[in-house]
Amino acid sequence: MHAWGKWGRNFVEYGVAAARAALDDAGVAWKDIEFVAGGETVRNGYPGFVAASTFAQALGWNGARVASSYAACASGVTALSTARAQILAGLADVALVVGADTTPKGFLAPTSGERPDDPDWLRFRLLGATNPTYFALYARRRLDLYGATTDDFAAVKVKNSTHGLTNPYARYRKAFTLDDVRNSPVVSDPLRLLEICATSDGAAALVLSTPEYAARHGIESPVRIRAVSTVTPRYPNTVIEMPNFATDSAAGSSAPTLSFRDSIAAAAYEEAGVGPEDLDLAEVYDLSSALELDWYENIGLCKEGEAERLIRDGETTHGGRCVVNPSGGLACFGEAVPAQAIAQVCEVTWHLRGQAGERQVDGATCGLTINQGLFGHGSSVILTS
Amino acid sequence: MPKERVPAIEGWFSMGGEPALVGTRGKESGSYFFPPDLAVSRDPSAVGEEYENVELSRTGTVWSYTTNHYEPPAPYVAPDPFEPYTVVAVELAREKMVVLGQYEGDAVADGLAVGDEVELVLGTLSADDTAEYVVWKWRKVSA
Repeated sequence: MHAWGKWGRNFVEYGVAAARAALDDAGVAWKDIEFVAGGETVRNGYPGFVAASTFAQALGWNGARVASSYAACASGVTALSTARAQILAGLADVALVVGADTTPKGFLAPTSGERPDDPDWLRFRLLGATNPTYFALYARRRLDLYGATTDDFAAVKVKNSTHGLTNPYARYRKAFTLDDVRNSPVVSDPLRLLEICATSDGAAALVLSTPEYAARHGIESPVRIRAVSTVTPRYPNTVIEMPNFATDSAAGSSAPTLSFRDSIAAAAYEEAGVGPEDLDLAEVYDLSSALELDWYENIGLCKEGEAERLIRDGETTHGGRCVVNPSGGLACFGEAVPAQAIAQVCEVTWHLRGQAGERQVDGATCGLTINQGLFGHGSSVILTS
Repeated sequence: MPKERVPAIEGWFSMGGEPALVGTRGKESGSYFFPPDLAVSRDPSAVGEEYENVELSRTGTVWSYTTNHYEPPAPYVAPDPFEPYTVVAVELAREKMVVLGQYEGDAVADGLAVGDEVELVLGTLSADDTAEYVVWKWRKVSA
């Protein structure tokens, strides 16, 4: 990985640094990489600029085949899933997955110009519905339906800021207190500035291979990818989501048993043959402090409406039953969209190898990553040692 | 001379005395869709069904809401000086769907809460020298 921050340099430099670190870690030469998968975002008005080929060119063309994936926040894992499919299909033995971004200051904004056919543009124009607007709608539900308090949300930020204190890749390494959070300005009530993830520069990369290739390169017990879920919602999706103006209607077809976020995790569990009780750690997308609590329920750590109990009882920090966001999460990183889902996988990998240093989750053997982004994209990966 | 009142977007709501959002409804599935921007039914249980434009319910209940205290980026046209505004998610009973809109009024003064009944009104989104751009908003129905 390349450390997260606001470095103001070209994203390609971060991506190359992360790619080289991953290759060094794996002991694989760049010239031997057969497939490069890139997580994408939109820059300069077109997506191909932030692409696998951009990184391949910067690393020095080696003839590898490439694929680029745009799936909003899930872009990185969609790239991973493409590389994995190539390997499982026997088309490649070893692949490199890269995501990197340089972000502008402030709110993530839609592409400029007059774009009345673009729902992402229209939600800003007609509603002023920023991303934190949607996060706040979910947070309000927890207050009104489940008896959450704003201090429960703040406690998530405090926990994650503690987790990330010693993470060399984290952008924010400061132990925030409940009072720090309570005293930060309200952005979209009930959420405060310290509870909403920033946008960051950063890059993450990983090397993926067949078990046989790893064995030939002297890696005796590689971390295994047990499942990759990139499912879309099932109709009707009855939860309001970015950048939509409305949910689907359940007037014609009844809503599925699982919500979209539930279904992202369920597909991963089914493929991996494990359940939430097997998790030692989870990296979940805390776009807001309150959203982390939603994820506890979506990944099955508890039933709907019970997540506040887990944070209050310390069940999601070191010593608890499943450490959530041992990296410090988005609270400590901010989001570098095409890199973030890959960074989640890197973090789980280090814990499963026992290489996470002071933030190591003791004896970790199974971990999950999960996220969700715009336009019905989401992803989850389950890894075991 | 009064400014011309112009819808901020064409075809998404009616401008009459009893304004309403305009959506589409699948004739076979009975599913509703908003906005009415796509000429397809998105209900996979009724592939290729015919659909019609319909006015959506003018009242609903608050699913959630939030007041934004920071000025959003363009293309939002914020008043100068910026004023906080509330976005509300409204559950429509007949349509079994949730629709967003700005809230007309002061959510704190109105004591707005999840489950409150709201009704659709027309409000001003922005204005320039020649026109006032109108958009749908939701207003609390007083008890």
